Amino acid sequence: MNENPFTGALAWLADPMRWSGPAGIPARTVEHLGYTALGVLVAALIAVPIGLYVGHTGRFKGLAVGAAGVARALPTLGLVTLFALLVGIGLTAPLLSFVILAIPSLLAGAYSAVESADPATVDAARAQGMTEMQILTRVAIPLGMPLLVGGVRGATVQVVATAMLAAYVGAGGLGRYIFQGLGSQDYPEMIAGSLLVIALALVLDLALLLLQRVTAPRGTAVP
Amino acid sequence: MIGFENVRKEYPGGTLAVEDFTLEIASHEAVALVGTSGSGKTTLMRMINRMVDPTSGRVTIDGEDVAGMNPVALRRSIGYVMQASGLLPHRTVLDNITTVPVLRGTSKTAARERARELMHIVGLDPALATRYPAQLSGGQQQRVGVARGLAADPNILLMDEPFGAVDPIVRDELQGELQRLQRELRKTIVFVTHDIDEAFRIGDRVVILRPGGRIAQVGTPQEILAAPADDFVASFVGADRGARTLHIERIEGRDVIVDADGRAAGVLSAAPARGGADEDRADGTSASTAGQEPPR
Ligand SMILES: Nc1ncnc2c1ncn2[C@@H]1O[C@H](COP(=O)(O)OP(=O)(O)OP(=O)(O)O)[C@@H](O)[C@H]1O
Ligand SMILES: [Mg+2]
Repeated sequence: MNENPFTGALAWLADPMRWSGPAGIPARTVEHLGYTALGVLVAALIAVPIGLYVGHTGRFKGLAVGAAGVARALPTLGLVTLFALLVGIGLTAPLLSFVILAIPSLLAGAYSAVESADPATVDAARAQGMTEMQILTRVAIPLGMPLLVGGVRGATVQVVATAMLAAYVGAGGLGRYIFQGLGSQDYPEMIAGSLLVIALALVLDLALLLLQRVTAPRGTAVP
Repeated sequence: MIGFENVRKEYPGGTLAVEDFTLEIASHEAVALVGTSGSGKTTLMRMINRMVDPTSGRVTIDGEDVAGMNPVALRRSIGYVMQASGLLPHRTVLDNITTVPVLRGTSKTAARERARELMHIVGLDPALATRYPAQLSGGQQQRVGVARGLAADPNILLMDEPFGAVDPIVRDELQGELQRLQRELRKTIVFVTHDIDEAFRIGDRVVILRPGGRIAQVGTPQEILAAPADDFVASFVGADRGARTLHIERIEGRDVIVDADGRAAGVLSAAPARGGADEDRADGTSASTAGQEPPR
């Protein structure tokens, strides 16, 4: 235990034993990604339609901004603990917290995506005889897609970094290594778990950055 | 037929854009609305396709109040060429032109075929079909706007300073093309412009507006030039400056038209005008314009 914890963490990661089985790194990574995806997806189902509506109509803007601000201010660990007390140990409590964590970014992304559409372009689309829904789906969303994906990106990175809390209340994911390491004072394991979470967050951030580039509407940036 | 009956428009905030406007526009007629900035031209035009609803009064199409029509269906049935083109930046030229036909349920293939024809009609190189608006010159964008306005073959065409953003040479060319198109298509056209020369060239009748959408004079270009209703109209059409007072000078055996400043404006063609100024105007004036056709 006198060795450098970082070299220890690297040795821990290099051990082929850790890369297989139900408690192995691949399995835990898949769990971790699953929690993240589920949290972001549920949050998106709630936040994106609201954001699009508020951005397009300009109605309830103050309410949406206020609610997003409150959601942002809530401490996630506190939420997880609170929900765990309410609904018990397991996946529900952390998932609820992840949804609340993801909502502000998604709401802001959807809202700003639509609101950023040039009013002259929206006016032109309306004047050509598009319905409000067509203006939204054929003009405002395509033009604002990078901002919308930007919201998904922000939410995903936040949730993936926080998803280790699932292990805090007995669920799986990469957080297992961190909390196990914490419990048994196995610092190499803790650090290895943290490194894995950081790496996953970076990979997702990069992937979604690429998606943001790919979904940029053609024709708006002149080479 | 388009009717304005005692139309008034007050915007929220209190701007009185149009006070009390009454005008009837016959089917197949081209009417040019001309007036200073803020005189309510765009407001009047947008009341026809319900982009603006009047505060009071009625706007009718073939006798039917537009207030009772579904705005989306109404807009799809009217061609609208917007100032500064109003093209959708994320769609190609071809997709912009086919917007309305596709909304109306025309198959994509048929709409595209028609769009290519229209590109030809408005003088756009077919190679531009796959470009995005940002990759076009101002004049090309305006032409796409005109093609889009015509795409669903509407009976009514609204044109709001459609040639405002282009240089005088391209503007002249586009005006000529519009005149040619109108001779073939005979749409009901409402054309908004700042430019009295453009109004005289495009409009069968010209409406000169004062602020508040008040009509200073309505009439054919000939009527307005021959008898400006008041000093406002006279100064608007330039009659007071003598800019429109032309006389003939005989130079080297030809009748040359000279303007008030002594500059040659054109050459009188061999046969002197036989009256019938209306038909002559439609085919280009009987005097050829200076600079375009040098004397042989
Ligand atoms: N949406 C609006 N809200 C409030 N005021 C408006 C609105 N649109 C136009 N106005 C005002 O109504 C008046 C007439 O505007 P309009 O756009 O019809 O003028 P216009 O004759 O088309 O001018 P221009 O030649 O500059 O295009 C102006 O004073 C303008 O500021
Ligand atoms: Mg205007």
